[in-house]
Amino acid sequence: MNIVACIKQTFDTEAKIVIDNGQVSTQGVNLIINPYDEYAVEESIRLKEKNGGEVVVVSVGGDKTQEALRYCLAMGADRAVLIQDPALEQVDNLGCAVVMAKLISQMEYDLVFCGKEAVDDGAAQVPSMLAEKLDLPQANVLTALEVADGQATATREIDGGSEVLEMQLPAVFSAQKGLNDVRYPSLPGIMKAKRKELKVVSLADLELSAEDVAVKTELVATELPPVRKAGRVLSGEIDEMVAELVSLLKDEVKVI
Amino acid sequence: MSIIVFAEQRGGALRKIAFETISEGRRLATAAGDSLKVLLAGDNVSGLAVELKKFGPDEIAVVNSDKLADYSTESYAGVLADYVKQENPSLVLLGHSAIGKDLAPRVAARLDAGLVSDCIKINYDGADFSFIHPIYAGNAVATYKVNSVVKMATLRPNIFALEEADGAAAVIDFAPEIAASRMSVKEVIQQAGDRPELTEADIICSGGRGLGNPEGFDLIEQLADALGAAVGSSRAAVDAGWRDHQTQVGQTGKVVSPNLYIACGISGAIQHLAGMGSSKCIVGIDKDPEANILTVADFGIEGDLYKVVPALIEKLKEVNG
Repeated sequence: MNIVACIKQTFDTEAKIVIDNGQVSTQGVNLIINPYDEYAVEESIRLKEKNGGEVVVVSVGGDKTQEALRYCLAMGADRAVLIQDPALEQVDNLGCAVVMAKLISQMEYDLVFCGKEAVDDGAAQVPSMLAEKLDLPQANVLTALEVADGQATATREIDGGSEVLEMQLPAVFSAQKGLNDVRYPSLPGIMKAKRKELKVVSLADLELSAEDVAVKTELVATELPPVRKAGRVLSGEIDEMVAELVSLLKDEVKVI
Repeated sequence: MSIIVFAEQRGGALRKIAFETISEGRRLATAAGDSLKVLLAGDNVSGLAVELKKFGPDEIAVVNSDKLADYSTESYAGVLADYVKQENPSLVLLGHSAIGKDLAPRVAARLDAGLVSDCIKINYDGADFSFIHPIYAGNAVATYKVNSVVKMATLRPNIFALEEADGAAAVIDFAPEIAASRMSVKEVIQQAGDRPELTEADIICSGGRGLGNPEGFDLIEQLADALGAAVGSSRAAVDAGWRDHQTQVGQTGKVVSPNLYIACGISGAIQHLAGMGSSKCIVGIDKDPEANILTVADFGIEGDLYKVVPALIEKLKEVNG
């Protein structure tokens, strides 16, 4: 079973966001693999360990993204492809889906795995866009997946519950927290990863032009969020505080 | 030109986000001098149109098919994309719900349309729309312009105000050819109980590590009963195995914007604030005077939640008779 796992390198979720010149500053920020993508990579490796085949990790990014890909190789992925091009520096989600679909369409694969969304822009667009561009069925926000005889049974989180979907492979899936517990790379895994293939391809290599990835959603401003008005800590005995709270909620802010 | 809203229904019942999306669509259509058209798709859903009319669309297009009885990406994407191609609107709006998140990018990719997800505000400056979307888990706010002919956006639930308007919409049938889905829905499991869904709830009571044990959630459930609220939890409570991940509020859980959010025994880590920081009113109850939640909350109570919450439940019962 051949699996393509798509990852994005993102800010560490603990990183303090600083705006510099109308942009989020990358100065001194620790970069990680988007946590949902880690679940996707983990699930891909587990499927390969069970069924044989290979896991190829794919990303769109810059020089530093190689570290993220190398980490996935250390986890147990077999090879990696980085799509890197000056024309992709401001790429939007649709552009990402276009380039990854072009790359993946030239590969032999049974399924494509992404994270359900990236923690930086929180858009949750790429998996569905990729499925559309590859003309494949999709199942997003998975908390369980069974694969047998070219057929997938996927449990997907929905509002207020979950649903179980069946489909033929190939298909595109996206991972939710709870799908699995992500492993740490072992020392032998880290050593082996250094010798695994990490290929860098450009738009030209994919026979795409800058026009094919021109942004449709243009970022025009980035600001810090408005600061919440400072609140107040109530004082007194418990009964007094509770009475004051109920009166505030009922009569002043009128939310109960 | 027109603005199109996809009216979300599940199992033959309209979702609150459908009304919120139409309300915002109406405001934008009026500002831009566009007409507002609503697409209602499902199996035997014509009867729902009357509820949608109240929010003032100019036209409601209804698609009925047994192929649309369950939500499936491909069938629904085909219907919405066909409707957009027919109407050639300037803007297409969906909710940022489980269905909207799944459907909007698929349709955007089919139409090569720019999509801004999870908007908390959309402005019209007399010539163009701009879309405001929180990034980095709410630690920054980005403004986007979309340069494709058809622009698409999904709206964060519980942010856009409901607003009824003149309800004389024409209801027409729309009968596109519906693509067979390559996926089938085997089972739908809805959470038991009659609590509101977290992302739609007006009030949420959440518990965290400060409860000390999973049984502590019984108390949170009682508080939620007294308020008709949904029950959420912090990541610490989920990681400890006390609660299901579906109930987690925060950066790696759900983003919620209720009118009232009551955090009990939750320290208020930045990852939790990312999920509930846009609540209209926050109450924090924690015994640790240093807890961040007491600083962030509109109203903080420093004290043992096992004493404060029962007193609060009593007081609420007293006030509500």
